[in-house]
Amino acid sequence: MNIVVCGKVIPASSVTIEIDPATKRMARKGVTHELDPAAASAVEEGLRLTEKHGGTVTLVTMGISDATIGIRNALAMGATSAVHVLDDAVAGSDTLGTAKVLAAAIKKLPFDLVICATESSDSYSGIVPGQVAHLLGIPPVTFAREITLDGNRITIKRQSEGGYDVVEAALPVVVTTTSGINEPRYPQLKGIMAAKKKEIKIYTAAELGLSADQVGEAGAKEKVLTVGRPPKRQAGKVVVDEGEGGKQIADFLAELKII
Amino acid sequence: MADLIWVYAEVVDEKITPTTLEMLSKASEAGTAEAVLLGPAPDDAAATLANHGAAKIYRSADPIYRDYLTLPAVETIAGLIQKHNPAVMLFASSYGGRDLVAALSARLDCGAITDVGDFVLKDGSVEATIPALGASYQNTSTLIGGGTRLLLVRPKSFEPKANEKPLSVEEVPAAAGEALRKVHVKERVTVKREGPQLEGAKTIVSGGRGLKGEENFAMLKELADLLGGAVGATRAAVDAGWVPYAMQIGQTGKTVKPDIYIACAISGAVQHLSGMKTSKTIISINKDAEAPMFQFSDFGVVGDVFKVVPQLIEEIKKRKGK
Ligand SMILES: Cc1cc2nc3c(=O)[nH]c(=O)nc-3n(C[C@H](O)[C@H](O)[C@H](O)COP(=O)(O)OP(=O)(O)OC[C@H]3O[C@@H](n4cnc5c(N)ncnc54)[C@H](O)[C@@H]3O)c2cc1C
Ligand SMILES: Nc1ncnc2c1ncn2[C@@H]1O[C@H](COP(=O)(O)O)[C@@H](O)[C@H]1O
Repeated sequence: MNIVVCGKVIPASSVTIEIDPATKRMARKGVTHELDPAAASAVEEGLRLTEKHGGTVTLVTMGISDATIGIRNALAMGATSAVHVLDDAVAGSDTLGTAKVLAAAIKKLPFDLVICATESSDSYSGIVPGQVAHLLGIPPVTFAREITLDGNRITIKRQSEGGYDVVEAALPVVVTTTSGINEPRYPQLKGIMAAKKKEIKIYTAAELGLSADQVGEAGAKEKVLTVGRPPKRQAGKVVVDEGEGGKQIADFLAELKII
Repeated sequence: MADLIWVYAEVVDEKITPTTLEMLSKASEAGTAEAVLLGPAPDDAAATLANHGAAKIYRSADPIYRDYLTLPAVETIAGLIQKHNPAVMLFASSYGGRDLVAALSARLDCGAITDVGDFVLKDGSVEATIPALGASYQNTSTLIGGGTRLLLVRPKSFEPKANEKPLSVEEVPAAAGEALRKVHVKERVTVKREGPQLEGAKTIVSGGRGLKGEENFAMLKELADLLGGAVGATRAAVDAGWVPYAMQIGQTGKTVKPDIYIACAISGAVQHLSGMKTSKTIISINKDAEAPMFQFSDFGVVGDVFKVVPQLIEEIKKRKGK
């Protein structure tokens, strides 16, 4: 079973992400990076499946050179190898541009199953995996909170508005994982040491057969016009509880004629 | 037609979803609204859509759309888009909506804008407002390159309004073929939810990590019951397994807009705020005076939730003469 996991490496959760007003993109250079927690979940799911059914897990990521730290983290968790699309030409890609890059990278690999996290923690468009599926010509099987494999059939519990759906398909598919699907393991020392020797294959867009006008800012169909802050909400009254806090809220609700 | 706006009509639990009606109301104000309704739907579905501004409804009741995910609907919608060329097509930012926009944007090579909070038609294109990065930003975007602009719209972005149009339904042929029957929905499991639902609640009492455990949500339930409201939660409380995902409010949960939102031991992370910040009146209780939640509150109490909430409950009971 050859599993490809698409995962992003993003500014660490301790970083407040800002948008650069000049480029209108998220400021990524020079800030601490980490493997997106959502991607860690996707990697974890890949590892659990190969532990049960055998096979390899290859991480595919598109990102700047700072992404290496997150890639190493996935390898330390146990991923077999990684593919890193590293190219200034892909900067500023919109969702479809990103999907074209990922699909082209995946096509270079043998795969039975592609796992993506439903959404990335920084841009959370949630549509890149479905676009990748279409570009690979395989079905999307989305919002999995549980995955089971049986031969070449995949069955998932798919998150729904009121509960879950049991959804089945034949491999290969692109499956997406929701945040609660598992608790990603922490890399152990042995894994961290082993990760240093694992292969990270680096590609440019051109090496993936993508022309400059298909990817990056040049290829983006979505153009950000303006970057701004939402109107601030007027903060109201704050009181310190000195034994009457609950009553004060009741008074406030009474003023609003709620009670 | 330069102002033709399509809305993908979604049916969940045998009802047209509120977001569908919100989008239709907006679309019929911004241009000529039409809806696409695929799969089995309640008898009054088409009438409901017409009542909210749909001048025309493209319709197939074939069960293939219910029983097989994404592929059949994409086949049909892509065909309809190519034939009628609407300027914009709106989808709810829901499970089904995101899958459709993903596949359609790749198939039609047109891209898409996600997490849209508002939009205007402008010079033959669309300008969308996006509350980005957990709504800490408010950006505008457009799509270039022609074709139909696909937008994924956040729930509760628009008011649902009656704007009655005469019922006009065009039956479309159902998608067919084995190649489309690849992702099979074998079973739908509804987790029983008690009490009023978050989506329509006028009052929401919401709890965070500071509640410390599942058992303490009972106190929020009691408060919500007294106020005729529903209970919500942060992702921290959901991930801890204290309450089900259906109760999660925020970027990756539900978007709510009640009259009263009472945040109990919730810090006010951007991802939570983005799901409730437009509530009419926000009240918060937090022991940390620096909690960001206070900056968004109309009334805040710096204090221990385990003291303040029980006192509030007693006080309401007293005033209600119970
Ligand atoms: C991609 C992504 C998506 C996300 N989506 C969501 C989402 O949809 N919804 C969501 O909610 N979060 C979401 N999050 C998580 C979010 O970033 C926060 O981690 C989460 O909202 C924090 O929840 P909390 O306020 O309950 O916990 P905390 O931030 O830990 O805050 C707990 C608060 O309780 C207070 N407290 C503790 N004890 C008491 C007491 N006895 N009395 C009074 N106050 C007390 C503390 O002072 C603190 O302010 C998302 C994160 C990411 C990265
Ligand atoms: N730059 C990227 N590199 C690798 N995977 C990505 C990238 N962008 C998006 N993805 C995949 O697509 C998912 C959804 O991303 P998004 O559309 O940004 O919410 C992510 O969780 C990843 O699985």
